[in-house]
Amino acid sequence: MSDLYGEILLDHYRLPRNKGQLVGETLSVEGKNPLCGDELTLHLKLDGDRVSDISFEGNGCAISMASASMLTEDLKGRSLAEVQRRIEQFRSFIRDGKEPDGEPLDDISALAGVAQLPVRVKCATLAWTTMEQGLLQVKQS
Amino acid sequence: MLLGRDVRKDFPILNVKVNGKPLVYLDSAASSQKPNAVLESYCRFCEQRYSNVHRGIHTLGEAATGDYEAARGSIAEFIQAPALEGVIFTRGTPESINLVAHSYGKKFVKHGQSIVLTPMEHHANLVPWQLVAKFVGAELRFIPMKSDGTLDLAEARKLIDKTTAMVAVTHASNVLGTINPVGEIVELAHKVGAKAVIDGAQAVPHMPVNLREMNPDFYSFSGHKMLGPTGIGVLYGRPEILNDMDPFLTGGEMIREVYLDHATWNDLPYKFEAGTPAIAEAIGLHAAVRYLQEIGMERIAQMDHYLTTHALEKLASEPDIALYGPLSQRGAVTSFNVKGIHPHDLAALLDREGIAIRAGHHCCQPLMRWLDVQATARASFYLYNTADDVAALIEGVRTARKVLA
Repeated sequence: MSDLYGEILLDHYRLPRNKGQLVGETLSVEGKNPLCGDELTLHLKLDGDRVSDISFEGNGCAISMASASMLTEDLKGRSLAEVQRRIEQFRSFIRDGKEPDGEPLDDISALAGVAQLPVRVKCATLAWTTMEQGLLQVKQS
Repeated sequence: MLLGRDVRKDFPILNVKVNGKPLVYLDSAASSQKPNAVLESYCRFCEQRYSNVHRGIHTLGEAATGDYEAARGSIAEFIQAPALEGVIFTRGTPESINLVAHSYGKKFVKHGQSIVLTPMEHHANLVPWQLVAKFVGAELRFIPMKSDGTLDLAEARKLIDKTTAMVAVTHASNVLGTINPVGEIVELAHKVGAKAVIDGAQAVPHMPVNLREMNPDFYSFSGHKMLGPTGIGVLYGRPEILNDMDPFLTGGEMIREVYLDHATWNDLPYKFEAGTPAIAEAIGLHAAVRYLQEIGMERIAQMDHYLTTHALEKLASEPDIALYGPLSQRGAVTSFNVKGIHPHDLAALLDREGIAIRAGHHCCQPLMRWLDVQATARASFYLYNTADDVAALIEGVRTARKVLA
């Protein structure tokens, strides 16, 4: 089993990217894993159909928080359609541990070990399912 | 206090390496490991004496029935059950409590009566009563806890009143380690004519239990937490109450006469054992009881106490650790949190060192809210643990802190 608590993951946990509130946000979305107590809020600023800025706040295990940090770094500047595609790529990566064709996952690859730990999958996916909720809200509004 | 080291050779799994490290198993409150005596007894029964029970007119049928009933007898003696016919085999504690909730609670608790519980109950001794309360229109009341995690008995005396139909309390908390004064609580229940249901899942594996003295109306526990197999547990119920109850599950074995439009019930305890029971598991549990008796429950309780006290002292001397539960009168669990480390991360990092602990809400979400935490880490001990295991835990906590700092 590859070591989940590797340097890249720990770096995102210790020095989270884009953590905090977001001045002038378009919307914020909350996500929770009630069974482990992970809590997360994503703040999104939209410019047309582009995520021009993104940040997160939350409390939880190292995996859920590092994954949220990676998400903000990866999705900032992307169009909503790209965000949707990225969420799907992340899902299949966590399920099978396989990198998507085309654009590499970069730091997110550090979560590969989660695929072998079913109980931690929901920690790693919290930020991404929360982001998907955000997309739904944008579509509905 | 060499009990731990002396018995380790009896548990083959303790030779297993986890992530390249010797296993340090500190999760017995979730489920205990099995000694050779239990494994061999289970296998020998399946290899040489297995058949269904109470049915076949053949040699193996007689052998299996004899072994199965001998297990019941031995378990009855182990818990000092006042009546053999009150000892019912179930799949485990939740089924035992659900049986009481369904067959007693829904029939005999009346609208407007109260069911008294505690905030430290495992979901298995809380949710069945929520359903009963909703079904009959009863009120749920909770005996408050003092800040050290013990029950406030003065408040219990006020809460348990003439409206109370049932009092359901855990014998020992799986999170706080609190050992509740169940004898007194049974007395309070009986004084107002209520029935007392005691969850003994964390008590029977770890201390002498004497139901004659305690005098509860119902008492339940699980085999897998006391060195036995999974899928076997026990409900003790007072026969006169069990006789008034309707069956829980219906099917084979529990029946006497069946017509197209009605049926009559078998005698106790078979009335509550529908279908083919967990026969080999009962035989395995019998072996577990024999093994525990040979060592002696007093001695096991002393060893648990020594290890728990030792672990609490060692954890308390580490920086930034929150400990939960009372300091005395407690069972073999230590729940704690390391500041700045989510218990799931702690458990995963300890696992890298071969150390198995539990992390999470321990099926006690209301208690987590009472403690104002989302989750805790929990190290729990049993007769095969030693002070070396505690030392490994402390070292593992230090390593985890370094990794995540």
